[in-house]
Amino acid sequence: MDERSRYLRRLILSGIEGTRKGHIGSALSVVEIIRVLYDDIMKYRPQEPLWPERDRFILSKGHGCLALYAVLADKGFLDVEELKTYALENSRLGGCPESLVPGIEATTGALGHGLSIGVGMALASRIQNRRSRVYVVLGDGELDEGSIWEAALCAAKHKLSHLTAIIDCNKLQLGGSTKEILNLEPLREKWISFGFTVEEVDGHNVDTLKATFKRLPFSSDKPSMVICHTIKGKGFSFAENDYKWHWKSGIDDATILKMKSSLEKE
Amino acid sequence: MFYAFRDTIYELAKMDKRIILISADQDVGLSHMQSEMPNQFFMEGISEANAIGMASGLAADGFRPFILNHASFLTRRCYEQIVLDACLQERPIRLVGMGSGLATAHLGPTHTIIEDIAITRAIPGMTVIAPCDAVEMKKLMPHILKWPKPVYLRLARYGKPIVTRDEGEVEIGKAVVLYKGESSKKNVLLISTGAMTLSAIKAVEELKEAGIECTVLHFHTIKPLDKNAIIELAQKAKLIVTLEDHTIIGGLGSACLEVLMDNIHSKNLPQVYRMGLPDKFIHQYGTQESLMEEFGLQPLQIANRIMKLMKK
Repeated sequence: MDERSRYLRRLILSGIEGTRKGHIGSALSVVEIIRVLYDDIMKYRPQEPLWPERDRFILSKGHGCLALYAVLADKGFLDVEELKTYALENSRLGGCPESLVPGIEATTGALGHGLSIGVGMALASRIQNRRSRVYVVLGDGELDEGSIWEAALCAAKHKLSHLTAIIDCNKLQLGGSTKEILNLEPLREKWISFGFTVEEVDGHNVDTLKATFKRLPFSSDKPSMVICHTIKGKGFSFAENDYKWHWKSGIDDATILKMKSSLEKE
Repeated sequence: MFYAFRDTIYELAKMDKRIILISADQDVGLSHMQSEMPNQFFMEGISEANAIGMASGLAADGFRPFILNHASFLTRRCYEQIVLDACLQERPIRLVGMGSGLATAHLGPTHTIIEDIAITRAIPGMTVIAPCDAVEMKKLMPHILKWPKPVYLRLARYGKPIVTRDEGEVEIGKAVVLYKGESSKKNVLLISTGAMTLSAIKAVEELKEAGIECTVLHFHTIKPLDKNAIIELAQKAKLIVTLEDHTIIGGLGSACLEVLMDNIHSKNLPQVYRMGLPDKFIHQYGTQESLMEEFGLQPLQIANRIMKLMKK
């Protein structure tokens, strides 16, 4: 993990330090995906969040919002200091993201909503002759929701090649492994059969993510899907691949210290 | 009433490119729009949740999506999408619920929806509109188009008599006195909405013959409710009767009671009687008219029930 990824995790940690709880595992698996999109792929104006020509990013797995807040703060949509207010009284930065916050395109948190909203935004972009692209990050657990598959069919029907769905595929959900709770495999084949062009990548490898996203759209007449294989809790060895870190509360000082030391230079 | 909606939205869509119709597999007689205005009509699958989310995304970028479907599927099936994707994010989408109340009686309780007013009006930021006839429907359309909030448009009667007049303006959130009793004496205040307003007007004619003066206050907008109209007319009423083709839990009658209890001291409150549908699933089939009869909502039945209440 490079210094930038460690830095973004330190920003996430600054949010956790105040409230001592959050969907930590969900945020840590999606950091590199969001980082690469905002660093290298998407066009946007932090000082003009509603710039019509911007690309749209929707974190459909809203629980991972700490990672999105960290990147938005790093890019200047938010003050870095504001991250410390995460989920505290009077904060704009809730445990799930709301579209009232600059840079948040859609309020999410209830699962299965983001892809349909992304379909609408992609249609709007096409009708208005804009070049805006739409990126929607889904959790693998989120794919249990039937509405995701309604949206997938609709995206393919409308040939939304400027819509990219991305799965943060960390193989775990709140109650255990995705395989045991509701098996999604064969996942790649499912999305192909639903009309997407699919690629699979290591969701923590920044170079691979960048190279893959640069090749979007994968087809000129189909929506794209990038299945990103990730590790829940990535960056904190004691939390990695442990579904109990999907949501954590009552985090004590010792654990905070342990998290901090994990992020020191390797 | 649906034809009035259909014809008006078609004309408006020709002038206003922000209008997008999304039909969730309903043949509404507008499929010609697909060739005439391909960016303004989408025939989508039987996937209401996706239709609402898609509309939310379109509305976020300035469009005014109207989603057409049976009222039952358009409200029950995708309630979370309505709450979160439309109302919470203040996306001005319009849900056009066809066949609400008893209008689809022949299809039974899977299609008959009697709780749609209750569940939609409970959502913060939602506007609930139930016109009583085609004339009013047409007049409301430009206002609905301009309205900045999400709207649930409840359509419950097909091409039936006109009870409003061509002249006169309508305003969202403003109730209409459709029949005024003699102002010199206290009378019966009938409060109605949607399909029931026709029944109210007819019941009043029966009651007049029996010497009972009535005022009919029609609410084409159930939320926001015209509180002032209720409060003002309630002071002059001997009896208030609310009429709706909806469960008596949470609909227009409940909304009126909320306003009355909050604003008028109980000792000054006239008797209030809610006429509507009982708190049970409707397993009887038939027609809108036959089920109205079953539940005592035909004009003569309403008049007789009011006469009994007046004798008490």
